[in-house]
Amino acid sequence: MKGDLRTLSRPLVDDNPITLQILGICSALAVTRRMDTALMMGLSVVAVTACSNLAISAIRRQIPRSIRLIVQITIIATLVTVVDQLLKAFAWEISKQLSIFVGLIITNCIVLGRGDGFAMGHGVRASFLDGLGNGLGYALVLGLVAAVRELLGSGSLLGVPVLTPVDAGGWYEPAALFLLPPSAFFLIGGLVWAVRSWKREQVEAPETRVAAEPAEAR
Amino acid sequence: MAEAPSTAGSSAAGGEPGVLRTLALAFAVCGVCAALLTASVVVLRPYQVANQKQEQERRIRALVERLPGMEELAASGALALELGVIELASGEPAPEVDPEPLQGGEIDPRDSDPLPPERDAAGIERRPRHAAVYRLRQDGRLHTVILPVSGRGYLSMMRGWLAVAGDGNTVRGITFTRHEETPGLGAEIENPDWQALWADKQIRDEAGTVRIRVVQEPAPEDAPEAAYEVAGISGATKTSEGVSALVRFWTGPDGFGPYLERLRREAAAGEAARPGGSE
Repeated sequence: MKGDLRTLSRPLVDDNPITLQILGICSALAVTRRMDTALMMGLSVVAVTACSNLAISAIRRQIPRSIRLIVQITIIATLVTVVDQLLKAFAWEISKQLSIFVGLIITNCIVLGRGDGFAMGHGVRASFLDGLGNGLGYALVLGLVAAVRELLGSGSLLGVPVLTPVDAGGWYEPAALFLLPPSAFFLIGGLVWAVRSWKREQVEAPETRVAAEPAEAR
Repeated sequence: MAEAPSTAGSSAAGGEPGVLRTLALAFAVCGVCAALLTASVVVLRPYQVANQKQEQERRIRALVERLPGMEELAASGALALELGVIELASGEPAPEVDPEPLQGGEIDPRDSDPLPPERDAAGIERRPRHAAVYRLRQDGRLHTVILPVSGRGYLSMMRGWLAVAGDGNTVRGITFTRHEETPGLGAEIENPDWQALWADKQIRDEAGTVRIRVVQEPAPEDAPEAAYEVAGISGATKTSEGVSALVRFWTGPDGFGPYLERLRREAAAGEAARPGGSE
């Protein structure tokens, strides 16, 4: 079962979909202003990647190559719609804040990437764990970014005041920059740098050099 | 479970399946997905409707609280909000109709008539016969009526509430409870600052013509039109036009026109005679 654990834990840091593969960035920018929305979004993506990997893997030998992407997207879109309906039924307030971003999980490259790249070639159990791990890796980064943004931007964590802002009689002057989407970009960039400084093997070889060889060499 | 990682799809044994098998799989996947979607929508609908209703009540309370001079009223406890049904065509109360099913905002085909396109400015296709309205009384006098309104915007059907003073002609406020307009543009109809522009606008002129409308360039404040015109949302012309058409439709003869006209007459009569009792 050591292999299972490895499948599950690899996407958390070593092969994180956001920091290593730089996928799923747009939703990471959009829903990380507060921790509750980020965690709910993370949870939704975990559910979708795990279930879509499971379903795709279960019928992988039946899926004809010619229509495999269509079949995968159909499965993913169905799962996302179900998750959206569930949120609207049981987490109404948060679902309103997530608005279109739940629906856009369909276009999140992590989901289709794992479905086509992993679940099509692996067993049901490994695929499920891989989906779970990749979803968790995404949720982990979202949670971290949202924690920083909410703490510095609003002085609270999960809605609980930690640094009392000035306008509530405290001392903390909220950094409004962290309420704006670009701050998530900076934070993710910083995170990528931090992870790659810690794990040198994640550093990619430069794709282009300034002094290029003649064009026909390609 | 320990298969070697391979490129996508190459694990399909025995090469490419034939057309029939491909079609069969496609239909099977669609069938299963459709069943799953249908089941989730049917099972979860009651919860979602309950959420929407709660939200609607919250918005109505918020609308009421934002009306001018409402804090003192609420604080004095002299405020009573009641729900009643009126018949649109006559403007008369219809106490025999249950208001509950009318509140969801859906138009019941059995209690509505088709609207010919030339009269259907709001794009609602069917005109309901009855509507549930909230009446807000202060010391027995009708202070405000809150009317459900709906109409087509740029991307979606917009539903909301229009608050009109007891005189049947002065807008007190407007709010939207459901729409799917473009976030940041059309969705600005939710912005309290924009909604505040509606307060004290007049619906009809002396001659009884509906004059209220949304315009991209409102008349200067001292012009006579200023009492009827609300500035549109820049960048959301279609949504603004939709709101304009919706308000004009619902305050017009096919909407709450007869009801508002009755309120106006009663207010004028009450002004002369007794301080209490409309309806």
